[in-house]
Formats: sequence, structure tokens, C-alpha cells
Amino acid sequence: MTAVLEVTNIRKSFGGIAAVNGVSFDVQEGEILGLIGPNGCGKSTLFNCILGQLTPSAGEVKVDGKIVTGMRPSELNGLGVSRTFQLLQVFPKLSVRENLILAGQEHQGNMLSRLLGPSDAGLTEAANQMIGFFKLDHLANEPAGGLSYGQQKLLDAAMAFMGGPRLVLLDEPAGGVNLTMLADLKDRLTAINREKRATFVVIEHNMEFVMSLCTRVMVMAEGKVLAMGRPDEVRANPAVIEAYLGH
Amino acid sequence: MTAAKYPKIGFGIVVIAALIIVPMNFNRYGLFILSQWAVMTIAAMGLNLTLGYAGQVSLAQGAFVGIGAYAAAIMTSNGLPLIAALGVAIVLCFVIGWILGYPALRVQHHYLAFVTLAFSTLAFLVFRNEDWLTKGIYGISNIPRPEIFGYPTRRPLPFYYVCLGSLGIVSLAVWWLIRSPWGRAFIALRENPVRALSLGIDTRRYTLMAFAIGSALGGIAGTLYAPLTQYVDPVPFHLSLSLDLLMMVIVGGSGFFFGPFLGAMIAVLLPEWLRFTQGYYLMLYAIAVIGLLIYSPTGILGILDRFISERRTKAASALRAVAKAKLETAP
Repeated sequence: MTAVLEVTNIRKSFGGIAAVNGVSFDVQEGEILGLIGPNGCGKSTLFNCILGQLTPSAGEVKVDGKIVTGMRPSELNGLGVSRTFQLLQVFPKLSVRENLILAGQEHQGNMLSRLLGPSDAGLTEAANQMIGFFKLDHLANEPAGGLSYGQQKLLDAAMAFMGGPRLVLLDEPAGGVNLTMLADLKDRLTAINREKRATFVVIEHNMEFVMSLCTRVMVMAEGKVLAMGRPDEVRANPAVIEAYLGH
Repeated sequence: MTAAKYPKIGFGIVVIAALIIVPMNFNRYGLFILSQWAVMTIAAMGLNLTLGYAGQVSLAQGAFVGIGAYAAAIMTSNGLPLIAALGVAIVLCFVIGWILGYPALRVQHHYLAFVTLAFSTLAFLVFRNEDWLTKGIYGISNIPRPEIFGYPTRRPLPFYYVCLGSLGIVSLAVWWLIRSPWGRAFIALRENPVRALSLGIDTRRYTLMAFAIGSALGGIAGTLYAPLTQYVDPVPFHLSLSLDLLMMVIVGGSGFFFGPFLGAMIAVLLPEWLRFTQGYYLMLYAIAVIGLLIYSPTGILGILDRFISERRTKAASALRAVAKAKLETAP
């Protein structure tokens, strides 16, 4: 199996505080890795170091064997790495369809051809398919800012898949989403993982969601890796129970 | 094309026809004011692109109008055609605008405003002090008006049509630009640069491009301003012009395509309409603008946008209520 993502000894300090302290792991093609841990344990900082939003103090990140440490997020996206955010990050004034077209347009041609080509960058059909896939059909022409929180979460996730990414990092995709939509979201993620062989890393606090979706789970505490293994192994790990899951 | 678009197209045709036919009866001064409106609308469209769409504050648009005006004045006074001056002004303003965009990669909002303000002051000092090029405070006079396909535009009405035609061409170009993927990327840059980056949008390049294109439009306005007034000196290109253009964009509706048209109309025409109040006209004008911005910080078109959004929300709520009622009554 090929490692899509390899993270080696990543450290990130803010002043004297080590938010991430020597974290290493890899993610294989088609795998769904869950990343859990108490608030402040460094999960989102680790994500931001991998995705170029923060420059790590030390360590190395590889995507498909290529060193990408410190690369800008837009360059990483060009390599097939996409993400969602913990807080909603859609473009409220654009419609649902326009949000999706925007999410995919930079993968079409070059800057000049995008200017001279069609206004939708040839993506209306792909956007409509994604809208159907995420069951947002009735909202396609609505401004994204007018959608409910859960619908915006679905749109945020859909946007991450518009460029046909190989690796998607999802930051708390289930946060604030009701049970019906959560089941929908899980179905969609599972389908994309199975059909497109897309690889996911998922930060989440909803244990049921993580344990049923992920093939492997990594637990972080105080900036370090506390445990790593199959969901049932992690759930039974005494150190994890004490630090995070509780009894 | 949807049926809902026909009234808009009909209204557009009436406005364009009126802009062509009605001024035929205008006197010299009326034509000058209307030509000035067309020129300032082009400059404001440039600022609207930089500020309204891409979200980058600039207090330098007046300086770019000045650069365009001096390029036209110097070149046409030396026998070169206005079209050559237009090319030079576009390239010059595009390049300077691109360079001026670099600070926007590091600073934002009022800090960026100060950087562009400094550039505006620098340009004014060059216009005033570099006598060998600009003739300093004495300015450049007797700027010729161009011949278009052998047809002279010395008289006010033909030159008004040159300004109006230029506004038409620029409007089509900007309309096409903001509907292209670039326009969408500019909006993404304004609304959420972090998310834009994560979607592969090269925010650095688009920021620079927004500055460069907006500045080039300022340059185009300048090349029309010089033959319109037929005299160019540094005073009109002081910081106050940049502030006027900023006001046009904000009053009309920042980030709305037609915002600069309305904003320039208010800034250029309203003071003229209020002249019957004699010494009070500027005061009344200021009060009207303050009142408008208190009522609608998003400008005149913001009021219309709010009205349309409210109607759309009500319609969507009604649809949801119907769908819910159907679900509840289903067996």
C-alpha cells in the first residue's frame, strides 16, 4: 500500500508552549483515519501544519512521497489535498452552485484560460452532480448564507470534494449537525471513500461517528500521540479511557 | 434566457437610448457634466473592482486617473494619437497598480489605505514638481481632442459620445470579468481569503491582479479626462479625487456592478442639481450622503438588494411551510 500522507516528527510551538510535540503517523491510500483527543491537545494545530496554514517549527510532511512542508494551501490543493474547517467557511453571498463551481474552478486549465473560457469554467454539470450527491438540490440557487447550519456543513464538505482530491482533511464535520444530516454525511463520505478511493483524516469529538466511519483512530493528548489502532482497540485502551473517553 | 430578465433588458435599452438621444439638446455645460459622469464612472468601476469585489482598500485611484491624464496630455500635445496614449496609460497604470498591490499581501484595511494614500501623495508631488515632464503648477493646456475614424470630436457632443462609447466598452469588459472565474475568485478573496486559499485560489496573484486591473481602469478614465477638460494640472488629482471616487463606490453600492454608475451620478450631478440653493448646496449634498449611509451602509443598491433578499426569504419560507404541511397531512 502507498502512503498518501506521511507526517514525521512534527513540532509546533507558540512561545514556550509546544502545541504539537513530535507527532508522526502515515495514512494509506483509501484509509479513513480518525483523529481524536481532548480540546487543546493540538489536533487543529497539527491539521494547520500539514495543510500549510501554519509553518511547523520542525518535522516533515509528505504527500504521495513528495515533501510539502511549508507549502502554501493553494499549492497543496493543486496536489490533490483538500480540507474542511471546524467553523463554517462557505461564501455566504454566492449561491450553493456558485460555491461549488468556485471550489473546483482552479483545477480547470490555467489562469488565462479561466479568464477567456466559459464563466462556469465548464463545471455546472459537476456542481449539479455534487449538489445531487449531497442532497442539496432544492437549495442549488439559494445564497449559501441563507442555509441552515447543518446544510452549510454539508455544502462545506461538498466543496472539499469538487476538485477530485486524493486526500481530504475534515475538521469536525459532524459538529452541530443534526442526527438525520449526520447519517447523510456519513453515507456520503463512505460512498466517496469507496468509489473514488479518496483518503480521509477526520478530526471529530462525536465518538459514535468516528468509530463507525474510521478504519483507524489516532488519539492525541498534550501535543503527542497517545494511542493508535483500530477503533475497537482504541476504545478499549486504558490510557485513552483515562485521558479522553472516560468510563 | 428567463422571462424575468426581459423587463431588465427593456429598462437597459431605454436608459442607453436616453443617454444617446436626450443630450442632443444639452448645452455645452450640460454635455461637459455628463461626459465627466461617464469618465468618473469608468474610474469608479476600477475602484469597485479593487475594493468592492476583491475587498482591497485603495486611496490611490485618483492618482491613476492623473497618470492616465498626464500620459494623454503629454503624448497628444506632442502629436501622438490618443489611442497610443491610451495604450501607454493602461500598461503604465497596470504595472504600477500591480506593484502597489504588493503591500496588500502583507497589510489590510486601514493600514493598506495608508500605504495607498502615501502613493497618492507621491504621485501628486511628481505631477507638481517634475516641471520638465508635467509643466508643474502651470499645467498642460490646449490638449487636442481625437479624431475617430477621421471624424473630429472637437465639439462637446461628439466628444460626449466618445466618453459614452468608452464607458460602454469598459462596462462590457468589466461585466464579462466579474462573471468569469476571476470575478468569483475576487469575491472569494473579499469574503474569506483563508477558505479561498484552501480551495486552490492563488490569493496573492488575484490580489495583485485586482489592483492592476482596477488601476488600469483609472488610467483609461484619465486618458479621457485630459481631452475632456483640454487642460491638465496637478490640482484635480490630489487625494480629494481618490476620496471622491471612494465615496462614489460606497454611495452607489460597493460590490454591485451598477454601484459606480449611481455613485458617480450622485457625486457629479447632484451638486449641480443643488446649485439653486446657492451657498448651501455642498452642505445639503453632504447631509444627503451622510443620511443615505446611515440608512444604508451598503449604498443605494444595498437597499434594493435588501428588498430582494427579504422577498426571496419570504418566498422560501412559504415554500418550506407548504412542504411541511404536505408532510404532516401525508397518510
